[in-house]
Amino acid sequence: MNSIAKYFSDIFKGISSLWAGMRITGKYFFSPGAIVTQQYPENRATLKMEERFKGEIVMPHDANNLHACTGCGICEMNCPNGSIEILTDRVANAEGKMERVIDKHIYHLSMCTFCGLCVKTCPSDALAFGQEFEHAVFDRSKLTKVLNQPGSKIRKEAK
Amino acid sequence: MSSNIFDFATLTGSIHTWLSGMMSSGWVIFTEMVLVGLVFLLMYALVGLFLVYLERKVCAIMQNRVGPNRVGKWGLLQTIADLIKLLMKELIPIRKSDPLLFNLAPFIVIICSFLAMAALPYAKGLQAIDFNIGVFYVMAVSSLSVVGILLAGWSSNSKYSLIGAMRSGAQIVSYELSVGLSLLAIVVFSGSMQLSTIIESQANGWWIFKGHIPAFISFIIFLVASTAEINRGPFDLAEAESELTAGFHTEYSGIKFAFFFLAEYMNMFIVAALGATVFLGGWMPFHIGNWEGFNQIMDYIPSVVWFFGKTFFLILIIMWFKWTFPRLRIDQLLTLEWKYLLPISLFNIVLIAFIVLMGWHF
Amino acid sequence: MSEEIIKDVIVGEQEDYIINMGPQHPSTHGVLRLEVCLKGETVKYLIPHVGYIHRGIEKMCEANTYQQIIHLTDRMDYLSAHMNNEAVCMVVENAMQVKVPERVKYIRTILNELNRLASHQLWWCAFGMDLGALTSFFYGLRDREMILDIFEESFGSRLLHSFNTPGGLMHDVHPNFQNRIKEFIKYFRKKLPEYDQLLTGNVIFQNRAIGIGLMSKETAIGYGVTGPSGRGSGFSCDVRKIAPYGAYDKVQFNEILATEGDVFARYKVRMAEMWESMNILEQLVDNIPEGDFTAKMKPIIKLPAGEYFQRVETARGELAVYVVSDGNKSPYRMKFRTPNFSNLFVMNEISAGCKIADLIAISGSLDLVIPDIDR
Repeated sequence: MNSIAKYFSDIFKGISSLWAGMRITGKYFFSPGAIVTQQYPENRATLKMEERFKGEIVMPHDANNLHACTGCGICEMNCPNGSIEILTDRVANAEGKMERVIDKHIYHLSMCTFCGLCVKTCPSDALAFGQEFEHAVFDRSKLTKVLNQPGSKIRKEAK
Repeated sequence: MSSNIFDFATLTGSIHTWLSGMMSSGWVIFTEMVLVGLVFLLMYALVGLFLVYLERKVCAIMQNRVGPNRVGKWGLLQTIADLIKLLMKELIPIRKSDPLLFNLAPFIVIICSFLAMAALPYAKGLQAIDFNIGVFYVMAVSSLSVVGILLAGWSSNSKYSLIGAMRSGAQIVSYELSVGLSLLAIVVFSGSMQLSTIIESQANGWWIFKGHIPAFISFIIFLVASTAEINRGPFDLAEAESELTAGFHTEYSGIKFAFFFLAEYMNMFIVAALGATVFLGGWMPFHIGNWEGFNQIMDYIPSVVWFFGKTFFLILIIMWFKWTFPRLRIDQLLTLEWKYLLPISLFNIVLIAFIVLMGWHF
Repeated sequence: MSEEIIKDVIVGEQEDYIINMGPQHPSTHGVLRLEVCLKGETVKYLIPHVGYIHRGIEKMCEANTYQQIIHLTDRMDYLSAHMNNEAVCMVVENAMQVKVPERVKYIRTILNELNRLASHQLWWCAFGMDLGALTSFFYGLRDREMILDIFEESFGSRLLHSFNTPGGLMHDVHPNFQNRIKEFIKYFRKKLPEYDQLLTGNVIFQNRAIGIGLMSKETAIGYGVTGPSGRGSGFSCDVRKIAPYGAYDKVQFNEILATEGDVFARYKVRMAEMWESMNILEQLVDNIPEGDFTAKMKPIIKLPAGEYFQRVETARGELAVYVVSDGNKSPYRMKFRTPNFSNLFVMNEISAGCKIADLIAISGSLDLVIPDIDR
């Protein structure tokens, strides 16, 4: 007799537990609430990444096309993947002394893991993270970027 | 009673007389057959595509997602785009497979679901063939698809497919019993296997209401067992994608895969339509006993709407099952059938026979 | 693996039905290959084949400085990236005898628990999906999104946030950090009971989980199964309790233990850990002390020659880092004892005799992350 009672109580317990699950999905069926999915290509205009978002490495230039990179090579040294290459030049400055300046700051986006060590260790804060994230290109070589803009110079701090 | 329901027999009758005026009787039958075939083909494709869309949208809403929304308004054309994609995909031949059976299997599956559609009454007077064993016919034909599934699993020369097919065989063969017994309950109530008679017998109320609790129990059993029979979740062991990648149709691609896919959805439509016909009165509007006024108002809603409304209601319930429950294990699946559903439905049928014998039903 | 099993595989009995689960299979969550021998639907034995995603992280560490190693550890167990980072950081800090500011310890602990929550949420999604309840996947991901947003706001990345650095953090957390965590806890306390209603109480789920994949305490200790999987067998192995680090000695929390040792016990432990993580978060989030976000470190870190060891509790078990230094700026040898490696190899022991579907449930309940196995 006990087993028969257990048989029927099992059935009812089972059905009620199933119904509990169906209530949840049913609730969402009738009141879906906020949908977290972002409609990406449509919301491009309004899409704003977080300000700390690590999209790519950029070298901020000001209005006079000046940057802060001295070409010291610390970022190159700290990069774990060799995604930064620094090419430097020696140029005579105003006083006639030869001085090391940056020629090209080459950044291989394809190798970068966004660990952030270059940005953190840069002694002159010349590097920053950009918010751009649409990096898909058809040619791998396009992922190699020169970060200092052509004709740009190093910003001399007012002394 | 039900006098102001539009009878499609007048429409089909006038087409028949119009055709008879133009050609001999042999040609008339031939033309009508071609016409009916075309109509079914069209309906099959449309309902199938719509069901795929519906399933995606329903599960998306249940899961707090958006669902298809790219092709067409609200993604309505998404399934058509998918169909075009499937049509253009390569049919990959499988090494060491049995080519004849491998190619035959999707056709068997799709023909079985196609055949079952012929006997369903879609509206008053809109039924291709009104068998006197309609219920039996639909069940027999729809369960034939297991042959196609077994062939597909056997002939693809893949171990996953074979396991899926064997599971499917065990599953359909056992759940067939419960489906049959639960339908038999209503056959006992209405005293006929003819679908049109079963519907007519529900003119003063549907069997699920008239048949006391036993009819309700057999309705539940029918829902569960038929969900299992059409290989849908939580009973989708034959294609359990987390265990067997895709089960019996792992090796199929392109249009042959589309056949399996479409047949699965059409089988869902067929069992829902059968359930709606037998338990919920098919195209019969919602009538209560002899409340003439109320019944009159209900009659203004066309019978096609009643039929498809009930069918899609049942389809939604079946979808609700799938998107809520985890999958059963094969031994639990058989336990559910042989230890729970079958004894209950056997007891239920005895109870119903007793009720009918005593004339206690309405 | 015993001799006769190897012989079996090579010779192959006539009626052995061997299927390969993976390297591409929906339920292995990565490139793991299980060679499963079946008898009907019943599993006779299985042989895991690892190494499909071996990247040589331990060897790569020998060529990198200690700061650079951090970002490699992210890629081992990507779902507990923060705990992996912290393990390496703590090895370095202990070796250099740096005093880490209290603020750093608190933030690290908060991040640990957030990461554990995110990881357990993803496990819940994937476990439900393994068992065929597809809806659970989307509910879990929906709630995990909030944690990832917190991560993104503070560290700029959602999954692999190399936020720790030897001595402290890369930069300070975002000013919104505390508010968003409180918001999340409030939200998730309402959503977590839904998880229970949807899956835990479900009779189908319980039948699939209870009594399946029984792992005794002896087996768990013998194979070194740690984390929630080990605690489901009653093996008290929570490093947060045994050897507290970070701010774990300042918070009240329970070590979740279950004694049944089946799939359902491991499930229960993880679900309870989510509640416990929220408790820990609530205790910490308002009490973050002011201070520096990093200790003063030399730009080039050279560990004194010697051997160093540190273990932490990741979302999947005990991660141990063993460093041999010869006084240079990169380690001479670095060894990671990753939890998933041990957790995987107990599968043969506990899945013999179960059905194919149970195998999926067992591998789901062990919560394997394949890159952590292969490193």
